[in-house]
Amino acid sequence: MIPPFLRVRDAGKVYPGGTEALRGANLTIDAGEFVCLIGASGCGKSTLLRMIGGFETATTGEIVMAGKPVTGPGPDRGMVFQDYGLFPWLTVQGNIAFGPLARGKSKQEAGRIAERFVTMMGLDRFARSYPHQLSGGMKQRVAIGRVLANDARLALMDEPFGALDAMTRERLQEELLAIWRSTGLSVVFVTHSLEEAIFLADRIVVMSPGPGRIVAEERITLERPRDVSSPEFNAIRRRLGVMLHGDHPGPHAREVA
Amino acid sequence: MSQAETLRAVETERPRLDYTPLVRIAVPVLLLLGWWAGTTFNPGGLIPSPQDVGTALWDLAFGGINDDAFSQMLLPDLIASASRVYGAFLLAAALALPLGMLIGRLKVVKELLEPTLQVLRPVPVTAWLPLSMILFGLGPQSAFFLVALGAFYPILVNTVFAVRSVEPRLFEAALMLGVSQPRLFPKVVLPASLPGIFTGLRLGLGFAWVVIVVGEMTGVQTGLGAMIMDARQLSRTEIVISGMIVIGIVGFLSDQAVQWIGRRLLAWSPQHG
Repeated sequence: MIPPFLRVRDAGKVYPGGTEALRGANLTIDAGEFVCLIGASGCGKSTLLRMIGGFETATTGEIVMAGKPVTGPGPDRGMVFQDYGLFPWLTVQGNIAFGPLARGKSKQEAGRIAERFVTMMGLDRFARSYPHQLSGGMKQRVAIGRVLANDARLALMDEPFGALDAMTRERLQEELLAIWRSTGLSVVFVTHSLEEAIFLADRIVVMSPGPGRIVAEERITLERPRDVSSPEFNAIRRRLGVMLHGDHPGPHAREVA
Repeated sequence: MSQAETLRAVETERPRLDYTPLVRIAVPVLLLLGWWAGTTFNPGGLIPSPQDVGTALWDLAFGGINDDAFSQMLLPDLIASASRVYGAFLLAAALALPLGMLIGRLKVVKELLEPTLQVLRPVPVTAWLPLSMILFGLGPQSAFFLVALGAFYPILVNTVFAVRSVEPRLFEAALMLGVSQPRLFPKVVLPASLPGIFTGLRLGLGFAWVVIVVGEMTGVQTGLGAMIMDARQLSRTEIVISGMIVIGIVGFLSDQAVQWIGRRLLAWSPQHG
């Protein structure tokens, strides 16, 4: 039997101070799937993402990718941070070539790879610019580009567009979908915007705080490109909205809706 | 780069009167005027006039006026001092950089060395003078030691701070891109802390110029500090002031050169580029 692409089994996280950030999370992600984690702050969505990334160790349970338990960060799981995390001393080109170089590619080959992804992300004019000379949207393009250039099979995105203005955010959402479709990448995308989640995801995982846990999953079957003003879109938004903000969050929220 | 450059270019193209050079020389001119007035209208004073100092400077540099022990000594003294300043600075950097990196990144080294270094830090270089003369004897070694001591702490403190305050996010980014733990130091810590380390080097070199006069109180025969000390004993105040002016200008030029290097090397850093 082929093991699932990514499997989170009964994962929990208790911080040394005693705070329980996540309890008993179970989640399976297929290859090529686009999954959004959504929930109020403190629901453990970022913790879960960081555990998949290998930046946090699970207190209970385990995370297994393609049959191998996750024990630390690795290039198969590329992370896109909300605050970009670009290397300020490297140009756009250098930032994108960083991963290939770190994994032992030759200078020439890393340069060729970087050039390809600079072009793919529409950064040709900025290839020799440094991060502090770029706008937020451009920086996030670089951050996505360096994950793609590193042959990541899973992109972990922690509210990547949260700090951007609405116009830039919408453009990047569309570009991300185009890249996702053309590369077959799997994406786990954390957001607190319901609209963003419904616009992007194959499947939305709803999480709830105190302690953080997964309370529901919703498969979104709307045709892409999705129209955020369509009645179907809004029906989903209303239903999930009640689950997120309703008086009785939890498994019974569906009935309330 | 190109974007910022075009921005800057656009800014300077705007036709507008630029008062900057005027503003820059205003205070020196006022100081000079005040000095001139103060000495001219108080002829019995002990402070020489700007004209006297100008003459002394000329004689120090080229001779032909007084033809005494100070004539034409400016260049040899300057070379002697500069070689001590840069030599001692290099020695201080060679010690402080690796030490600072170790203290900043390794807890054991920090616990081992930091208490001692912190207690020694407030002790001024002048207080070390007698001990230095006992340890290193009268002469250039003693001077070298004191100047190096003056440059050591700014480099050390800034290096420790720089390697310690690397954005944790950058480690995460490097790890998820495939950098192994032991490679984090050359791939992330070193480049990320370069601006801070550079600031330390700049301050250290500045301090070396400040300390050179004290350093040359140790009975060395040459150098700007020695020149000032000799002139003081002979009540040649115009030579003393000449020496002060030369140290000021050379120290300033040295700092400008360092800043220029910084702008070239650290073009990526918003503080330097």
